[in-house]
Amino acid sequence: MNRLDIQPQLVEDILVRFLRVEAGKFGFTRAVLGLSGGIDSAVSCALAARAFGAKNVLAVMMPYKTSNPDSEGDARQVVAKLGCESRKVDISKLADGYFDTVDVADKIRRGNVMARARMIVLYDLSVEWRGLVIGTSNKTEILLGYSTQFGDAASALNPLGDLYKHQIYQLARHLELPSSVVDKAPSADLFQGQTDEAELGFTYAEADRILELMVDQRYSVDDLLAAGFAQDFVAKIGRRIALNQYKRLPPVIAKLSERTVNHDFRYLRSWGH
Amino acid sequence: MPMDCRVVLAQVEPTLGNVALNLETHVREIRAAIDEQADIVVFPELSLTGYFLKDQTSEVALALDSAELEQIADLSRRISIVVGFAERGRDGRVYNAVAWFEDGELLELHRKVHLVHYGMFDEGRDFAPGERFRAFESKHGRFGLLICEDMWHVGSSWLHFLSNVDALIVASAGPARGVTEDETGLRSTHVWNKIHDTLALLYQTWIVYVNRVGSEDGILFGGGSRCVDPHGRETAAIAGLEPGRATAHLSSDVLRRARVATPLRRDEKPWIIARELARLGSGAQPQ
Repeated sequence: MNRLDIQPQLVEDILVRFLRVEAGKFGFTRAVLGLSGGIDSAVSCALAARAFGAKNVLAVMMPYKTSNPDSEGDARQVVAKLGCESRKVDISKLADGYFDTVDVADKIRRGNVMARARMIVLYDLSVEWRGLVIGTSNKTEILLGYSTQFGDAASALNPLGDLYKHQIYQLARHLELPSSVVDKAPSADLFQGQTDEAELGFTYAEADRILELMVDQRYSVDDLLAAGFAQDFVAKIGRRIALNQYKRLPPVIAKLSERTVNHDFRYLRSWGH
Repeated sequence: MPMDCRVVLAQVEPTLGNVALNLETHVREIRAAIDEQADIVVFPELSLTGYFLKDQTSEVALALDSAELEQIADLSRRISIVVGFAERGRDGRVYNAVAWFEDGELLELHRKVHLVHYGMFDEGRDFAPGERFRAFESKHGRFGLLICEDMWHVGSSWLHFLSNVDALIVASAGPARGVTEDETGLRSTHVWNKIHDTLALLYQTWIVYVNRVGSEDGILFGGGSRCVDPHGRETAAIAGLEPGRATAHLSSDVLRRARVATPLRRDEKPWIIARELARLGSGAQPQ
């Protein structure tokens, strides 16, 4: 048994209630999300379908011209399985409009532009659909900073943000998502042949194991070395977590007055709601 | 005085900072409890105000003579009522408080002693701590009031045990957490249940625990309200994370039998503890 193993039915119940209650506070009963054909967005979509009813969930497929065509096929299988509403918005023109104006060769930058183009689409459609944007970032990638700020990381509610990748797999199987979605190698599909694990330089299983000890169990560096982790791996993960903290927080505001937003103006979003 | 009363556990879902709306929920729950001829209705911690108040704390704090609490007091002519709220003290401090209203009057006020400020909690910043644990006589029996973290410090319940309470009433706003496969269900629920069962058994008292549900910016509260008898056995419970209501029957017969079988209070030696505390002197003070 893996120490990260969750009770999937319990997690499903909590997350469905979370989505319903948090959206309901602000008068929302519908959701919109980007469905990539990958496991994370499929799990978010399944949870949203259970929380709001499948017909109240709009799954948006947003391929770029270089996207792997299998991704759309996998996304369509998820839509068929869940019975939610779907729409395809090809972002090639949107992204290319920018690439035609500003020459971008760096594939990381190109990937970020695509991720942000998808964010533009989702936030626009959320107005038309009258639904909140549901996030698809899991705890592993949030901690590692493996996401595009204001891109795929942008959402109103994120049901997956406290689940490691291993736990996402468990939940996906529990939710009976198509095996083609669950079993393929995770990829951001921002350029051809990309896989998360090749890009990160370690596996999700390795990342999950060390992250859970570091973050949840509060292991110190010495504790981690004693537990058998290599020094350079511990250092690399620690650096990634710290370097990417900026992605997890709102923009920095310079304090001038006696009371400053995000410093000493302390209110939850649930403010009378 | 023998105790024989019916207590309604009102597992509600307060809305953060919306006292008017929460008051409506309270009135509805109180009326439902009156309809079922209960003697006491218990609400969770900060039930009238919501929990993660932060800068709202002083904005929504209620003075004991506020119109909202007057309305609760008025309803208490028909049923005893325990409610939680941010209390604006006459000294200008704000306390995390629960009040017991009975026969139209405030009978007892408990201000949370063990404010919690670690992990996700920051109560020490927003509230002033209470300074005492006092048992009191209601027309339904002898009670002690605790708020959530108070129960994690065994001395709180021990003092009530020394004061010979029939029942501990615990108002709580405990988050739901821990979903791995160590046990079935939430780890937070298991931990609370262990505490209730153990303290009920060791202090031979009824324990009525009322926790809230709902979500405040993604933190879900775990519910799991329940009643445990002086043998540490559950006699009423509300399962799940939804609002709900359960009725527990508290009687002195069960207390008497438990205390005859195992006379822990009779054999307790608090004077030894007092002597040892005195001996520790400054060692017992904050470090």
